[in-house]
Amino acid sequence: MTKLHLRANTFTLLQTVTSVGLSAAAWVVTGVRPIWNGSQPSERQRIYFANHASHGDFILLSACLSEKVRARTHAIAAAEYWGKSRLRRFIAEDMLSSVLIHRQWTDETQHPISIMLSVLDQGHSLILFPEGTRNTTDAELLPFRSGLYNLSMARPDVELIPCWIENMSRVLPKGQFLPVPLLCRVVFGPPVAIAPGEERRAFLERARQTLLSLDPRPDRDD
Amino acid sequence: MTLPPMHETVILLVGLVGVLTTASTVAGILSWRAPKPLPSTLVNLNQRINAWWVMVVAITVAFFFGRTGMTILFALISFAALREFVTLTHSRRSDHWVLLGMFGIIIPYQYWLVWTAWYGLFTIFIPVYCFLLMPAITALNGDTERFLERVSAQQWAVMISVYCVSHVPALLTLNVPGFEGRNLLLIAFLIITVQGSDVFQYIFGKLFGRHLLSPAVSPSKTWEGLVGGLVASSLLGALLSFLTPFSPLAAAGVAFIACLMGFLGGLVASAIKRDQGVKDWGHLIEGHGGMMDRADSLVFAAPVFFHIVRYFWTV
Repeated sequence: MTKLHLRANTFTLLQTVTSVGLSAAAWVVTGVRPIWNGSQPSERQRIYFANHASHGDFILLSACLSEKVRARTHAIAAAEYWGKSRLRRFIAEDMLSSVLIHRQWTDETQHPISIMLSVLDQGHSLILFPEGTRNTTDAELLPFRSGLYNLSMARPDVELIPCWIENMSRVLPKGQFLPVPLLCRVVFGPPVAIAPGEERRAFLERARQTLLSLDPRPDRDD
Repeated sequence: MTLPPMHETVILLVGLVGVLTTASTVAGILSWRAPKPLPSTLVNLNQRINAWWVMVVAITVAFFFGRTGMTILFALISFAALREFVTLTHSRRSDHWVLLGMFGIIIPYQYWLVWTAWYGLFTIFIPVYCFLLMPAITALNGDTERFLERVSAQQWAVMISVYCVSHVPALLTLNVPGFEGRNLLLIAFLIITVQGSDVFQYIFGKLFGRHLLSPAVSPSKTWEGLVGGLVASSLLGALLSFLTPFSPLAAAGVAFIACLMGFLGGLVASAIKRDQGVKDWGHLIEGHGGMMDRADSLVFAAPVFFHIVRYFWTV
């Protein structure tokens, strides 16, 4: 059974301090500004899906949400990385209130989809990086894994909001721990939903293209 | 360091608050009479005036903390400007440590040198030592892809956003005979004439602008705006000569040169933005764009103003 006991709608003190502190730090370093381009801030249940190149992505995205929304929104992180040591697990779960999933699961109770669904069933929102890993290639966006499709099939009422995170890969590249101050924006796009009869691959590619289309400077080559 | 005599500071503050209050009142009346929703020019005007209030308050607070306050304020301005510059230009993953050094070492060290009034080093630290060492580090990293473009952008970034900006608080280190303890007023003189010139150029350009000065670089800069702006800000300089060690005529001349440099700074900043395909440097200041959008003229004016004062007025 998953050991998921999310507190109803509130952060622990540690999580509140962490979340306020990190949002302030994100602003000092990146001057982060949300751009709502096709959707609006809302407390309704959502899956925010974003491009992923840096550990800072999740911090930047949550800094753009209100404190109230943040307290009920959980990032999905890889247990292979964040569960590796007690310290990492403490940071991921107790400080950032993220939810760990195993990319290679053996036990059916560890199935990523069932863990994510159990979060949704408590009325909470998710932050999902559908590329499945941090993108260090020259490609702007990797192909999406199936999770987004499976979640939306199972819970069609939950809005899927594409979020383009700009520049974070330059601020904190993979393998670095000191951030370079650069301006970042997070562009929130229009909700994406599975069309009637739409096939998995077609939907995932369409969601991917919607996310790509939010990049405010697509001509940039870095 | 001691603060300048009270009565000049008070005249200055009352004048600034008076001008801004007038501007806010006029903009308020215009907004009240305009159709709703407000046209975008009026929204922008209101945002700009509000931002001016914030800037005046920030500079006034720094003013009362003397050299330390001014040095910290301009170090923060350099931080914001450098962040915008680096965001806009090309860099690669291998540049990470050089970029970190620009924020973490160059800014604090340059401003420490200014704060301690170490003229011999703060004027050459960036143009000599950083100029040579930054590309050396990049070369040692071994990534030669677009090498010259990357190191040039880094050099420009620190020269413009750190070196040039640091010449504003550096004015406090000058020793002008008979002007002891009043150097903060030189900063006020420089900022008011140069920023005033920006506003005058904008107004004259809107009212009388016919002939574009450099259409390939900026669609809004006109000859009429430039001439009107320079004449008006030179007169403003003469009017403010009581703040300075300059005679009224010399004050007009110094203001003229500073504002001409300010104009060129704006032109160069526009060329860089156009080259990078953006309209504003960033989004820090509501209605103005980024820090560099507001500071571009000051950046070019400050070092020249500093050296004119140093050459002609100090011992």
